[in-house]
Amino acid sequence: MTATASPQATVLAEQHLDRPTRPAKHRLSRKALGWQIGLYALLIVLALVYIYPFLVQVATSFKTDAAAAADPISLTPQPFTWAAYERLFLNSDFPVWFGNSVVVTVFVTAGRVFFNSLAGYALARLQFRGRGIVFAGLIAVMAVPTVVLLIPKFLVINQLGIYDSYAGMILPLLVDAAGVFIMKNFFESIPPSVEEQARIDGAGTFRIFWSVVLPMARPALITIVILSFQGSWNELSHFVISTQSPELTTLTKGVASLASGQLSQGSQFPLKLAAAAIMTIPVAVVFFIFQRRIMNASEGAVKE
Amino acid sequence: MSALSPAPRRAGSSSGIRRGEAAAGWLFTAPVLIILGVFLLVPVLMALWVSFSDWTGRGSPFSSNVGFVGLDNYAAVTTGGGLAERDFGTALRNNAWYVLLVVPLQTALSLFLAVLVNRAILRGRGFFRTAFYFPSVTSSVAITVLWLFLFSSSGAINEVLSWLGVNGPNWFSDPSGVVHNLLGAVGVTSGPAMLTDHTLLGVSWWDWLAGPSVAMSAFILMAVFTTSGTFMLLFIAGLQNIGGDVQEAAMMDGANGWQRFWRVTLPQLKPVLFTVLTLGLIGTWQVFDQIYTGTQGGPGKTTLTPAYLSYSSAFLSQQWGQGAAIAFVLFVIIVALTILQRFVLRDRPVSRRRIRQYEVPGAGTPRPRRVPGAGTPRPRRSKGGTR
Repeated sequence: MTATASPQATVLAEQHLDRPTRPAKHRLSRKALGWQIGLYALLIVLALVYIYPFLVQVATSFKTDAAAAADPISLTPQPFTWAAYERLFLNSDFPVWFGNSVVVTVFVTAGRVFFNSLAGYALARLQFRGRGIVFAGLIAVMAVPTVVLLIPKFLVINQLGIYDSYAGMILPLLVDAAGVFIMKNFFESIPPSVEEQARIDGAGTFRIFWSVVLPMARPALITIVILSFQGSWNELSHFVISTQSPELTTLTKGVASLASGQLSQGSQFPLKLAAAAIMTIPVAVVFFIFQRRIMNASEGAVKE
Repeated sequence: MSALSPAPRRAGSSSGIRRGEAAAGWLFTAPVLIILGVFLLVPVLMALWVSFSDWTGRGSPFSSNVGFVGLDNYAAVTTGGGLAERDFGTALRNNAWYVLLVVPLQTALSLFLAVLVNRAILRGRGFFRTAFYFPSVTSSVAITVLWLFLFSSSGAINEVLSWLGVNGPNWFSDPSGVVHNLLGAVGVTSGPAMLTDHTLLGVSWWDWLAGPSVAMSAFILMAVFTTSGTFMLLFIAGLQNIGGDVQEAAMMDGANGWQRFWRVTLPQLKPVLFTVLTLGLIGTWQVFDQIYTGTQGGPGKTTLTPAYLSYSSAFLSQQWGQGAAIAFVLFVIIVALTILQRFVLRDRPVSRRRIRQYEVPGAGTPRPRRVPGAGTPRPRRSKGGTR
């Protein structure tokens, strides 16, 4: 909660500081005013460049194929049609893809929240022989580029007999080293006195972790939830190498196959853009709900 | 197990209360260790074996009919003289241009956005920040689909270009290199024999210098579009950590806004700059999702990247050994470039020549971190001046 309050606090402080320095109306010279207008104009143009493509995406998903090609830039579909969405939901595997993405995302997010915080707590608080090695190992793991792991992951998934199954899709994504670090850093930032108290009262290590430490870690846990949600919802390459059957296709893989024209003839941009738009909605919703925290999370990561 | 030998303890921890901690420590980290071990460490070792074998994707790579072929797979993609080598060379060429353009562009743009958004007096800062960051949260698949539409022959980009009287290319079907096109515009359509006769990795020097294809350029713009928001946030955080006092001191010395940015702000942003460049460098060598979704390497293999080539050699052409070999070469490239970049951007002791400029006659030891304002004679570039 403190994290959400602080930006507002600084904004208030800024306004407070601004007030005494700004009473004279003629303080802004004509030149400065020109600069100010130029700055806003520039920012608005830039914002338009960043936002307009998404508006076009939504608008085009309601256009007919012919209209999408004839007028690719307007935001008003003429004629307006639900055809793309009808086709996606009633006449394609799209609902299956969506369902698979939901299943994977839920399991991966839950797993990461639990396992990352467990390991993060151990690395932050528990003294055990080999902790340094575990820590160094995690750093080494983070340095391995994911794309290099495509073939290796397939080999092991295949060898374990979990190729083309939910297990193969979910298990390898269930933990991530970066998340362990976020949790470790967080646990190190809270004072150990509360745990010491619980320990003296006779609580076991897991008990302390579960009912004393974890409730205090809410801000960090939310960060993990956001990151794993985005990560697993947007994941493509892992599902490309771990599945092949249509029943296990996720949204990313399914929409990618739509894009490369495997399921459709002609360009069919409204259909593809509708699929991409629906795929974007869940991450967009999470983004807007946790907006402030996302911004702070990425900022906090550098401050270390 | 490790409870038998007492672990070195931090001062102040009482051992009586902390009994069983070693077991708990291992237990707590076990899920992470097992999963990362099984799905990361073991796979890398297996793939290393595959890269030295002639496995064809049938059965287990450890069965007795799979043979050890030494460095054959590595040789095939780097010196074989065949299609595998040419494909790998082409993929490296494509990705090198991609990195060369995306990394500076995204760094500059994100820094620019951060400076704009970070102005002290700015209404709607939250809105602008959100607008610039939003593309970063969407999936690469969704963005690629959008890009295929925007950059299609009758798409929005060509529509805008036509307003300006420019006849836009058919972006994702145009394999011609941008540098070649520019040279073609001034009448140079074929390279000198010196460049066309000699090859590196099966690709002639003339083709190495072709530049990114028009299709790849669209992907380059996409990468800049989607990553600038994330890096903008890093730069904003860095800017907010900089105290205002040095700025004010420079202002008192009469430095104008431009000088303050280059001589005062930027040197202080060096750690963030370092992070952004490192992340950018690592990320841009791993182009896979966009290619898989959008072009599958076409047109004319000009959007082929090592990451996609590694995938397609193994999964589509069943050349598992070569695919794994490409992945490891890519790994080495990424590590080597990261180390090189660390070396180039390392903190150097300030050179004598530079120190002299900071020296105030009669004063004590100069403080290199104090950056001069406008008064001092111009030290050319305050960062990375000496390569």
